[in-house]
Amino acid sequence: MKRLQVSNRRRIVRALGIAPLLLSGSAGLFSTSQATSTPRVLRFGMTPVFLHDEYQLLERWRRYMEVKLGRQVKFVVRDSYRETMDLLRLKQLDFAWICDYPYIYLQPLLKLLLVPLFGGKPSYRSYLIINTNDQKSHKLLDLRGRIFAYADPFSNTGYLVPRYQLKQLGEDPKNFFRKTFFTWSHRKVIEAVASGLAQAGAVDSFVWETLHLQDPELTDRTRIIGRSEEFGAPPLVAHKDTVSIELFQQVQKMLLGMADDPLGRKLLTALGLDGFSIQQPQLYDSVIRMMRVLGEYPIP
Amino acid sequence: MRRSILRRVFDLSIAHKIPLWGAALILVSTFSVATLLMYRSYGDLRASLIAGSASLGRTLAQTLIPTLLHDNIWRAFELVSAPIHDTIANNPVQPQFILVLTRKMKIFVSSDPNRFPMLTSLRQYGTAYAQLASRIAPDKIASPVVFEAPTSPYLFIAVPIVDGNTRLGTMILMHSLPALNFMFLSSSLSAALFGLLVLAILLPINWYWGYRMATPLLRLTRLMEQIQHEIPQQMELETYDYGDELGRLFSTYNQMVETLQEKAVLEHEMLSSERLAAVGRLTSGIAHEINNPLAGLLTALDTLKHRDNLDQRSQHTLGILERGMLQIKDTVAALLVEARSERRSLQARDLEDIQTLLQGQLQKQQVTLEAELTFTREVAIPAAPVRQILLNLLTNAIQAAGSSGWVKYSASCEASQFRLCVRNTGTPIAEQQLERLFEPFVSYREGGHGLGLWVTYQLVQQLGGHIEATSEDSEVRFLVVLPADEAPIDEVPVDEGTE
Repeated sequence: MKRLQVSNRRRIVRALGIAPLLLSGSAGLFSTSQATSTPRVLRFGMTPVFLHDEYQLLERWRRYMEVKLGRQVKFVVRDSYRETMDLLRLKQLDFAWICDYPYIYLQPLLKLLLVPLFGGKPSYRSYLIINTNDQKSHKLLDLRGRIFAYADPFSNTGYLVPRYQLKQLGEDPKNFFRKTFFTWSHRKVIEAVASGLAQAGAVDSFVWETLHLQDPELTDRTRIIGRSEEFGAPPLVAHKDTVSIELFQQVQKMLLGMADDPLGRKLLTALGLDGFSIQQPQLYDSVIRMMRVLGEYPIP
Repeated sequence: MRRSILRRVFDLSIAHKIPLWGAALILVSTFSVATLLMYRSYGDLRASLIAGSASLGRTLAQTLIPTLLHDNIWRAFELVSAPIHDTIANNPVQPQFILVLTRKMKIFVSSDPNRFPMLTSLRQYGTAYAQLASRIAPDKIASPVVFEAPTSPYLFIAVPIVDGNTRLGTMILMHSLPALNFMFLSSSLSAALFGLLVLAILLPINWYWGYRMATPLLRLTRLMEQIQHEIPQQMELETYDYGDELGRLFSTYNQMVETLQEKAVLEHEMLSSERLAAVGRLTSGIAHEINNPLAGLLTALDTLKHRDNLDQRSQHTLGILERGMLQIKDTVAALLVEARSERRSLQARDLEDIQTLLQGQLQKQQVTLEAELTFTREVAIPAAPVRQILLNLLTNAIQAAGSSGWVKYSASCEASQFRLCVRNTGTPIAEQQLERLFEPFVSYREGGHGLGLWVTYQLVQQLGGHIEATSEDSEVRFLVVLPADEAPIDEVPVDEGTE
């Protein structure tokens, strides 16, 4: 299973190697070269929006999809949102599970496929966490001059939310902390705070809660001192150009059906989800609102 | 005082000294070799630790360059944490902490942010760290810099992080010295156990070797100390039967004891033959002194007897006197042994016809006589004394053999030696009796006058030979050895001394 994954990754790496060339040249050349294989392998982009490094689980999920769809499925796993966003832009992905912030960024290219349900709701929060050794800090403003870990520059809960909150509090997010850095994943934000590398961090509530069940020893070394309002959960999206209506509906039906299928149910449990739901793009208006406050919307 | 103690040590018995010196040498060599090996092993351990750590440091430093350039703290943290595993925390080869320092000696990232938080200054962690900071501060430093401070339980290995010609910072790998020492001690412990095992084998071997060497030496010493008083016993060579110098010493000692014993026997024999010679001179002197007046007395008596006017009583008295004087004459004649001059050499038949002479006695005693004469030619020894000797010895033997016993005699001539041997059955002769057997008037048999063997002895002496008697089990043996010339004799030399 792992070897398969590696070989997949190699192929992607090779594809990425020529990506910058294509970016500077014409995109049309690329799309024609891709249109040769029939039936095309379905390309699913996976990001650190959930515990994307559980390779065995991903492999089980991929096989499940292949059986249900009757065609080959490939998961394209990337460690930063930026890379997955680039792949979407280059039409190298048909579907992707991304964060709401990239979704807003790439909205013209994407169609909202499904929104996962955590605790029965299609929403999640941003958790503000600190190391358990720190008994003095109780709120965001207590963290002035600390070392702060962000998840990803394109993360909603791991980057946009804490900066938005600071802005709302009248602080300049650029100078409020002594030092900030990105870990490129929510899980690693938790690890950075737990290890003491960062004194505080912002993290996806879904990731923290799932890890809290899987690896409580890690999450127990962190303490949540702030829970944000709810936002639309990281969506599963389809590329408007590469996915036909039929395929869109087929995949949507397959994923929705997981909750009613014993094997699908098991997979959902392992993923920490209750299931998927069909939602409207307006679910993410609050993200746009925050982006506006920070001067990041409309996208330049 | 010290000298006397040393002296006492050197005066110790070799039985203690050999094992003690051996044990001391074994202990000293084992401990010195072990110490040297331990010293070497500590150096090797430390050197390999430093080499391994520096290699790790250089690899990490190279990989860390982009993270420093892009301020990618998380990636840097992942890199420096990767070589540190809790499962082998006690292994000194694994760094306990890894620090990445900026050029301003501030911590960019560390493998343990709780202990060494980022952005803190290296100097704030104490004097050892401040000294380390000064050591690695220059733009160009050797790779690696190995630093150790008495105040710090760590061995610091510093590797510069250099991109092109620009020094971006420094990587510090901190190894626990107590863990290194513990590892060294545990390896030393196994070495020490091995050393003890070696001692456990060598010391008993040494003790046994010393025992094997010392025991015969002690015995030799005790035996040698007896030499002044008596001839000591021989050594039992089974305790040390090797061909080395000790083995040769013991066998030489045994040869010496044997020679001493032979010499003592010879001395004893010399003594008794000298005594016999002295007795011989004395008796022959006395015999001559008696013989001369006796001859006169006998002549006078004979003249007196032929007188006619002797009454019966006088005749009777003269008869008593004559018989007494004749007895004296016989006795003196027996004492005065003389090899009468005779020109004839000995021939085999001289000895063969002796049997005829003894027939009467043999029948009377019911003794069987066997002869074995292996010489055929004439031997240059006067025949008469040899006949006399054989006759005396055979008469004695027949008397001693007792009824139904046997007597055997043999005569041979080889290489100018004439050997005459007479053997008989009968009661063995005791050691003390053997010593005085050839003295006159010594008889151990009822009815013997004790002159037969005396005469035999004198005859043998006069012929220049020797006689010996041995008694073994129920056999008594007399051996006479006489010098014999090749050529037949014309005239028999007569020993003037016995005249």
